[in-house]
Amino acid sequence: MTRKGRRLILIGVALAVVGAAAGLALYSLSDNIVFFYSPSEIVQKNVQAGARLRVGGLVEPGSVVKAAGEKLDFAITDGANQIKVSYQGLPPDLFREGQGVVAEGVLEASGEFRAETILAKHDERYMPPGMVEMLKKQGRWQEGNAKP
Amino acid sequence: MIVEIGHYALVLALAVALVQTIAPLVGAWRGDRALMGVASSAAIGQFALIMVSFGALAWAHMASDFSVLNVAENSHSAVPAIYKLSGIWGNHEGSMLLWVFILAIFGALVAVFGRSLPATLRANALAVQGLIGVAFLLFILLTSNPFERLWPAPFEGRDLNPILQDPGLAIHPPLLYLGYVGFSIVFSFAAAALIEGRIDAAWARFVRPFALVAWCFLTLGVAMGSYWAYYTLGWGGFWFWDPVENASLMPWLAGTAFLHSVAVMEKRDALKVWTIFLAILAFSFSLLGTFLVRSGVLTSVHAFASDPRRGVFILAILALFIAGSLALFAWRAPLLKQGGLFAPISREGALVLNNLLLTTTCAAVFFGTLYPLALEQVTGAKITVGAPFFNMTAGVLLLGVFFVTPFGFSLAWKRGDLLGVAQRLSLALAAGFLVFVALIAVVRGGPVLAPIGAGLAIFVIVGSLSEVAARVWRKGASLSVAFARARGLPLSFWGGALAHMGAGVALLGLAATGFGAETIATMRVGVPLTVGPYEAVIDSVGERAVANYDEVVATMTIRSHGQTVAVIEPARRQFPARQMATTQAGIATLDFGQVYVAVGDPNADGTVPTRLYWKPLVTLIWLGACMMALGGAFSLTDRRLRFGAPVRAKSAATAAALAAR
Repeated sequence: MTRKGRRLILIGVALAVVGAAAGLALYSLSDNIVFFYSPSEIVQKNVQAGARLRVGGLVEPGSVVKAAGEKLDFAITDGANQIKVSYQGLPPDLFREGQGVVAEGVLEASGEFRAETILAKHDERYMPPGMVEMLKKQGRWQEGNAKP
Repeated sequence: MIVEIGHYALVLALAVALVQTIAPLVGAWRGDRALMGVASSAAIGQFALIMVSFGALAWAHMASDFSVLNVAENSHSAVPAIYKLSGIWGNHEGSMLLWVFILAIFGALVAVFGRSLPATLRANALAVQGLIGVAFLLFILLTSNPFERLWPAPFEGRDLNPILQDPGLAIHPPLLYLGYVGFSIVFSFAAAALIEGRIDAAWARFVRPFALVAWCFLTLGVAMGSYWAYYTLGWGGFWFWDPVENASLMPWLAGTAFLHSVAVMEKRDALKVWTIFLAILAFSFSLLGTFLVRSGVLTSVHAFASDPRRGVFILAILALFIAGSLALFAWRAPLLKQGGLFAPISREGALVLNNLLLTTTCAAVFFGTLYPLALEQVTGAKITVGAPFFNMTAGVLLLGVFFVTPFGFSLAWKRGDLLGVAQRLSLALAAGFLVFVALIAVVRGGPVLAPIGAGLAIFVIVGSLSEVAARVWRKGASLSVAFARARGLPLSFWGGALAHMGAGVALLGLAATGFGAETIATMRVGVPLTVGPYEAVIDSVGERAVANYDEVVATMTIRSHGQTVAVIEPARRQFPARQMATTQAGIATLDFGQVYVAVGDPNADGTVPTRLYWKPLVTLIWLGACMMALGGAFSLTDRRLRFGAPVRAKSAATAAALAAR
């Protein structure tokens, strides 16, 4: 085979692989991006039901109801608005009333949020992405006194 | 006093690193042997000084000297000794010190074992290594000083983060850093080759052992991190496509590609520029990982603190080294003598395909990891790119890598015979296809990727074995001849076979997760529950006070057909010092599968919320990774690859073995 032919094969294969990768990426990107909202943003931006998203805020004190079959209902609040969340399963270790939480799932037509995953605040130095900034915006963020 | 000595040693190390950067560069440029010679002494000196510094911090942690801020914030007098020790790197400052310590170890290794290297190559490589040291020592001294004092000293420390109080902390970070930072040497040699404008097969022989060492440790480090996350998070997952995990996967992918392309360079004197590029890429991804994890752009359990100055500083280092090395690459790479092209159907052709697939996989992971960060910077929209994206892109591409693997391993150099290889692999192809069809038939409507993965895994495992058989056994040969042949095969061949088999074994474990079972239930003491082929029952729930935490323990029996096969103790731990709770999963390893149980806080009526998983063959994931690392170690001990050692036949037996190659 000539030098040119070999080079063409190499370039052809490279283009095919890169093209396939780009195709896969674009195809799966359209379905698998999840946006993060606060309860207020869901109200203001009129988010469509059925969309997959993340909601972050504080667990509304007094809203947590545990039901049979590991069902868990609670509300996420950002101070201004709140959204009802239902979840099936065990909440994470640090899930508590008044604590930061991020729920990932689907917004239902009833306006309730069906969570599939719940992420909770780990300690004062760990918060799920998006939480800190949101709380800061609302002036509810207190800088952790990391230094004793 | 000891703490101040540690700090002072670190400042001295910076000074030495500066000398290590400048003197050898000037020496190599002017051809001054004396100046070039400075490199080795400086590298060893830098190593000794950082060792003193690291020792001082270790002392402060072991002695629970709470007048040191780092100790006061991350330790507690009641913590067991192993967590006092591993607490050294269980925080930002200490882990950066470990980072530069390992950097210095690799520099010293080149200084000690690289005596047979060409003088200018060694001088330039050590100079680049010194420059990396300068950057990170400056970073530590200016933004992350682990020796900062605290006055007045508190009586008690704030305790190590409970999530980190695990033997995993003693193992995972050092292994991972040995891998991450080990690629710095490969990078330094690549930069040195570019500075000299010369590269040859000898370069590949010098660099390959270092790349292998780094790759073995990185493999183990990633696997260990995954196992730690698996048993500690209580979710039963072992890979979340979390940016922090991706940060360790990207250098691994680039490093794996490098190992394969450097083999082509060594054997066939081709792919030179590409190999250099991969060397730069692998370490750039290590730096990117350091940036992602250490700068605070991500919030995760790995990002200990978020001081914005640190992020900017690491970003500057990242930009300096990546842009600098790529500029050097663009400027000098055209000077490198191009190797020949080769036939597409040949081992080198297959390795090129492997490289293409691995680097595009890496690109997909890179895109998915950084796209959300970039988008947030540009538009302010907050998004996450989840596991499905990575499975569809990186996952599918990796399956492609697995399909090519046995072909590449069986093809001959120069001009391969695809038909012959297909014949040789016919058994493997048949076995893989059979497994695929059988699984599809058994589980209809399940995830498609799992049967495909399992089929490919069998193909790779059997394919590696049949290549071994083909090399060892010829028709009509006696057993003793076969044995002699097996002994005559180079260790690097055995290493390759073992590593490829390990990859197949790991893939089999991954694919098997598609056939597991998961149950979430509120369990009552004494009432059994089915999980996969087993039955689980809580015998009792009790409380226990341990050194620095209290725990609620559920004692659980796992039964199979009425027979007790295991007793596990899933628990919830409460750490009073930080007011935190952690989940301790109960895991029963049954053959290669595991029953995995996590419990929640018991309810008032004595029932226990429980999450149970049956994970068939799950241990194969980590066993496979260990096999891969072991394969790498085998290749490393091959005397042909021994660093700079001249080939010497010691006895008739080895001479015969060498001749047989």
